[in-house]
Amino acid sequence: MIELVNVRKVFNAGQPNEFVAIDGVSLVIDAERTTVFRGPSGSGKTTLLSLIGCMARPTSGRIRLYDREITSLPERFLTGIRQKTFGFIFQQCNLIKGITALENVMLPAYPSGEKHASLKNRAMDLLDTFKILRKAQSKVEWLSGGEAQRVAIARALINNPSMIIADEPTANLDTKLSREFMEIMGRLKSERKTILFASHDPIVYESDLADLVVDLRDGRVEGSVP
Amino acid sequence: MEKWIERQKHIIDFTLSSLLRRKGRNAALILVYTLVVFMLASVVFFVQAIKREASVILKDSPDMIIQRMSAGRHELIPVSYLDQILSIRGVSAVRTRLWGYYYDPVVGANYTLMVAEDSGPAAGSIIIGQGVSRTRLAQEGDTLEFRSHDGAIIDLGVKSTISRESELVSSDLILVSEQDFRRIFGTPAGFATDLAVRVKNPRELSTVALKISERFPDTRQILRDEILRTYDAVFSWRGGMMLVILCGSLLAFIILAWDKASGLSSEERREIGILKAIGWETSDVLLMKFWEGIAISLSSLLAGVILAYAHVFFTSAALFEAALKGWSVLYPTFRVTPFIDLSQLVILFFLAVVPYTVATIIPSWRAATVDPDSVMR
Repeated sequence: MIELVNVRKVFNAGQPNEFVAIDGVSLVIDAERTTVFRGPSGSGKTTLLSLIGCMARPTSGRIRLYDREITSLPERFLTGIRQKTFGFIFQQCNLIKGITALENVMLPAYPSGEKHASLKNRAMDLLDTFKILRKAQSKVEWLSGGEAQRVAIARALINNPSMIIADEPTANLDTKLSREFMEIMGRLKSERKTILFASHDPIVYESDLADLVVDLRDGRVEGSVP
Repeated sequence: MEKWIERQKHIIDFTLSSLLRRKGRNAALILVYTLVVFMLASVVFFVQAIKREASVILKDSPDMIIQRMSAGRHELIPVSYLDQILSIRGVSAVRTRLWGYYYDPVVGANYTLMVAEDSGPAAGSIIIGQGVSRTRLAQEGDTLEFRSHDGAIIDLGVKSTISRESELVSSDLILVSEQDFRRIFGTPAGFATDLAVRVKNPRELSTVALKISERFPDTRQILRDEILRTYDAVFSWRGGMMLVILCGSLLAFIILAWDKASGLSSEERREIGILKAIGWETSDVLLMKFWEGIAISLSSLLAGVILAYAHVFFTSAALFEAALKGWSVLYPTFRVTPFIDLSQLVILFFLAVVPYTVATIIPSWRAATVDPDSVMR
């Protein structure tokens, strides 16, 4: 379970270009459920996901993860949580160009010191699961949008996280690929993963997968639809 | 421990593939860096080798050399001086030396002919230096022709060549028997080129020199310190020029390091952000950058050192030769004897690898400590 208590995030605090991205958000997100943050551009969806995913710290307020206060943890612990608890799927895929799809999938597990052979096997299994095994040795810049997206999902799962954070995952996909993506997410949900989406795509927030849709505007929660 | 090694292997693996991704840029970087290391290592090797040559020469040099002077010119010295000098208190040994320069019109080279102190060649045979051997293509068993002072042709057989402890002394050297020496140069019996003196106590050297000077006013005394100063003068100005090259190389190192330290490309920043976002710690990113710095600077160091070794010891520092060695106008040429001190390599390592690696890590450290959420935008 994730609990946010009066979380605020201010960029460039005290400067003329100060910007309040998240303004006093309090929220409870149940484990093993799918939550969608919905809202227009600039509503604070991405910032909220990055705060929950330990990628940034709130300016004020508290975030608890499985009853553990994570807001005040040092950077090393936050990285550890990021590595073990969360798998990230970014809007731009954010794959590392110039290396193969397989290497991209293995990358998050490199610091763990897992044996190369077993890590490679796990990565190959994931690529196989997402029907992209034949592209394992292809450089990622040669992949289509859908293939790159699936590699990004495999990479998010390599450390076997309990939560998946996906930021506008369908923004660069056509309708068919978007539906395929949601099917994959459905499979992950059935594996009891907690899934957090930030999206303004109806394919995402109107999907049967969504257990809770939270509406955001100007950094505030406007309402939520179970 | 096994996990630690596996982690290093993974990160090195990724570092190398990262370097390969920017092949052109990194190859250019290694090329420039290798060139800088090559220049610096050439300077270090050359200076050290020259210093060593000088020390080899001075190791066996006598405490004092007595030369007879006539009208300000070096003159043959009567052997009868020897016993009188030996009787001076403080002198432990005196021996005559026979040496001179011989111009070989066949190849336009100058040789130094010398009668060996002991175990020299028998009459009719010679022992030659490496430079003479190269110039005249002469090996053991060959015969070299000499033209004596009265125009007579004297054939001398090559008994052997001199081993290469130092070419500076032996390159143009020909050891002959006393009999052949006197035949070639017409040096009369009872005369020598100069006298080599050893004293019991080095502190008494100047006192002994004074006594010799008083007893033999027609001689000059050359002390070992004076020989040392002469060599120092010969090598120091070259050392000065070397210093200029050294400064240039160091400046190049600083420029390279500064270029590296002044920042990362936006692509590199983005990649660091992605790595942090997917669970890499700041220390993992720094480890990767550490291996990157090591890979580039160490491979440049190895390539530069090997090239410099070949340059200095196989081509006789061909690029510096004319300006620095000063012997390029002399014939036969001499080659510096291969010699590398481990401390030189350590110094080169600290000059080439450490600053570059640090300069690689610092900007990455700045980028890696930033929140990784920038990649989400």
